Amino acid sequence: MSQLGTKKAEVDLPVRTKYEESRRQKTGVFFKKKVGWLFIIVSVIAITIFNFYPMVQAFLLSFQSGMGANLEYVGLDNWRRLFGDPTFIAALTNTTIYLLIQVPLMIVLALFFSVLLNDPKLKFKSFFRIAIFLPCVTSLVAYSVVFKYLFGIDGIVNQFLLNFGLIPQTINFLADPFWAKVVIILAITWRWTGYNMIFYLAALQNVDKSIYEAARIDGASSFQQFFQITVPMLKPIILFTSITSTIGTLQIFDEIVNITNGGPGNATISISQYIYNLSFEYTPDFGYASTVSYVIVILVVILSIIQFRVAGEKK
Amino acid sequence: MNSLKRIFIYTFLSVAAIVSIFPFLWMLTSITNKSVDVTQGRLLPGTHLIENLKTLFATVDIVPALINSSIIAVITTFLTLLLASLAGYGFEIHRSKGKDIVFTILLLSMMIPFAAIMIPLYRMFGSISETAPLIGIDSLGAVILPTATTAFFIFFFRQNTKMFPKDLVEAGRIDGLSEIGVFFRIYMPTMKTTYAAAAIIAFMNSWNNYLWPLVILQSPEKRTIPLLISNLGSSYSPDYGVIMSAIVIATLPTALVFFLMQKHFVAGMMGSVKG
Repeated sequence: MSQLGTKKAEVDLPVRTKYEESRRQKTGVFFKKKVGWLFIIVSVIAITIFNFYPMVQAFLLSFQSGMGANLEYVGLDNWRRLFGDPTFIAALTNTTIYLLIQVPLMIVLALFFSVLLNDPKLKFKSFFRIAIFLPCVTSLVAYSVVFKYLFGIDGIVNQFLLNFGLIPQTINFLADPFWAKVVIILAITWRWTGYNMIFYLAALQNVDKSIYEAARIDGASSFQQFFQITVPMLKPIILFTSITSTIGTLQIFDEIVNITNGGPGNATISISQYIYNLSFEYTPDFGYASTVSYVIVILVVILSIIQFRVAGEKK
Repeated sequence: MNSLKRIFIYTFLSVAAIVSIFPFLWMLTSITNKSVDVTQGRLLPGTHLIENLKTLFATVDIVPALINSSIIAVITTFLTLLLASLAGYGFEIHRSKGKDIVFTILLLSMMIPFAAIMIPLYRMFGSISETAPLIGIDSLGAVILPTATTAFFIFFFRQNTKMFPKDLVEAGRIDGLSEIGVFFRIYMPTMKTTYAAAAIIAFMNSWNNYLWPLVILQSPEKRTIPLLISNLGSSYSPDYGVIMSAIVIATLPTALVFFLMQKHFVAGMMGSVKG
C-alpha cells in the first residue's frame, strides 16, 4: 500500500507541474499577444484618425453643399453636377492623358535601364545608376520651377532647338495646350524613372543568374530573355510600382501648379488641382470638392483591381 | 552585331545620364550668373555667385523657411521611424491572425489619395485650433501629425523584419529582457540599415511635401521651403540667379542625405523587395 502511495505521489507531482506549466504558458501566450498589440496600437489609432476617419467624412461631405462652414445635405446634386462641369471634365481628361502616357512610358524606361545596368560587363555602371537616380533628390516644387524655366519661351530648350535648326521658330511650350501637357509628362518621367529603376535593380539582384545562362545556351535572344525571364520574374515588383505610380499620377498636383498652374485655359489642370481650387482658391465649396475627390478614390480602386487582375492572368 | 549593340547601349545610357544631369548643371551654373545671362542660356560658370546669395538672403526669408522645414522634417522622420518600426516589428514578430487582418486594413490606407482626405483634415485641425493652437491650423504640429504615420513605412519595416533572426528575440527573452526591451536593445541596433533607408525616404518626403503645408499653413513666417520656392517661381519679374540659388540651397539637404546614406538606402530597398 505504502509503495503504491509513494508511486502515486511520484506520478502526481509531475502531472501537477505539467498542468501548472501549461497554465503558465497559456497566460504567457496571452500576455505575448497583448504585448504584440501594444507595438501596433499607436500606428493603428493614428492611421484611423488621419486616414480612415477623414475618408468617411469626405464621403459624407460629398452629399453636402454650401459655402464655407454652412453645409447642408443635397443628396446626389454634387454627383449630378460633375457631369455638366466643363472644368471637372477637363481635369479628368488631362489626368487620364497623363496616366495613360506617363506611367507606361516610365515603367518601360525604368525596366530597360535596370536590365542594361544589371549587365555585369557594363562599364561606368555606378555612374549611370547615380546619374539616372539623381532627379529623385529634388523636391517636386524645385524641379517643377526649373522645368518651367527650361521650357520657357526664352528658355534653354528653345534656344537649343533653334541653334540646331530643329525648329524654325521658338515654341511657346507652356502656352500651348498640347506642348504644355508634353512638358508635364516629360517632367514627371524625368523625376520618377530613376526611382522605379532602383526597385527593379534591387529585385534583379535576387534573380538567379544561372537562369540567364541556361537561356543563352538554349539560344534565347536578349529580347526573349527580357520578356520571358526578366518581366515574369519581376512581375510582383512591376505590379507594385505600377500601382504606386498610378496612384501618384492620379493625384498629380505639385508639378501642374508650379509648371503651368493648370493653364493655358484649363489645358493642363489636374483633378487634385481642381479640388484645391474648389476648396481654397474659389469661394470654398467643401462639399462639391469632396465629390470630385471621391472620383480619384473610385479611379484608384478600379485601376488597382484591373492591374491586379492583369498581373494575375499573365503568369 | 555585338559591338553595334554595345554602342547602342552606351549611347542610350549616356543620353539618359545627360538628360538626368543637365538640369542640375544648369541650376549650378545659374547660381553663379546674372539673371540676364541665365535667360540668354549661358551654361558656363560666372562670377555673380556672391551677389546672388547676398540678394537672396536680403530679399527672401529663406532662413526662417529653412528652420521651419528642418523642424518639421526632423520631428516627422523621428516619429515615422519610431512608430512604423514598432508596428512593423509587432506585426511580424508577434504575428497573429487578428493582427494580419489589421495589417491588411492598414495597407488599404496606402490607396487613399491625399486630395480626398485633405478637406476633412483641414476641418479637423480647424476645429481644434482654439483649444490646441500648437496642432491647429497654421501650426507646424498640424503639418507633422498626419504625415508621421503612414502604412508604407509599416509595410517597409515589416518586410525588412522578415530577415531579422527570430532567435535573437528568444535569446533576449532568456536573458530576462522585457518585450519592449528586446525591441530597443536588440532589434533597433540590428536593423540599423533599415532605419537608415527609412530615414532617407521619410526625411525627403517631409522636406519636399507641398500640398498639405500649402493647405494648413497660412502666415508667411510659417512657410516651408517648397512653399517659398513655389512663391518665388510664380513671380512676374523673376531674378533667375537668385531663384536658382534658393532652389540649390533647398535641394542640398536631401542630396546630402541621399549621398551620405546611399549604400544603406539600396540595402534597405532590397530588403523590402526581397520579402
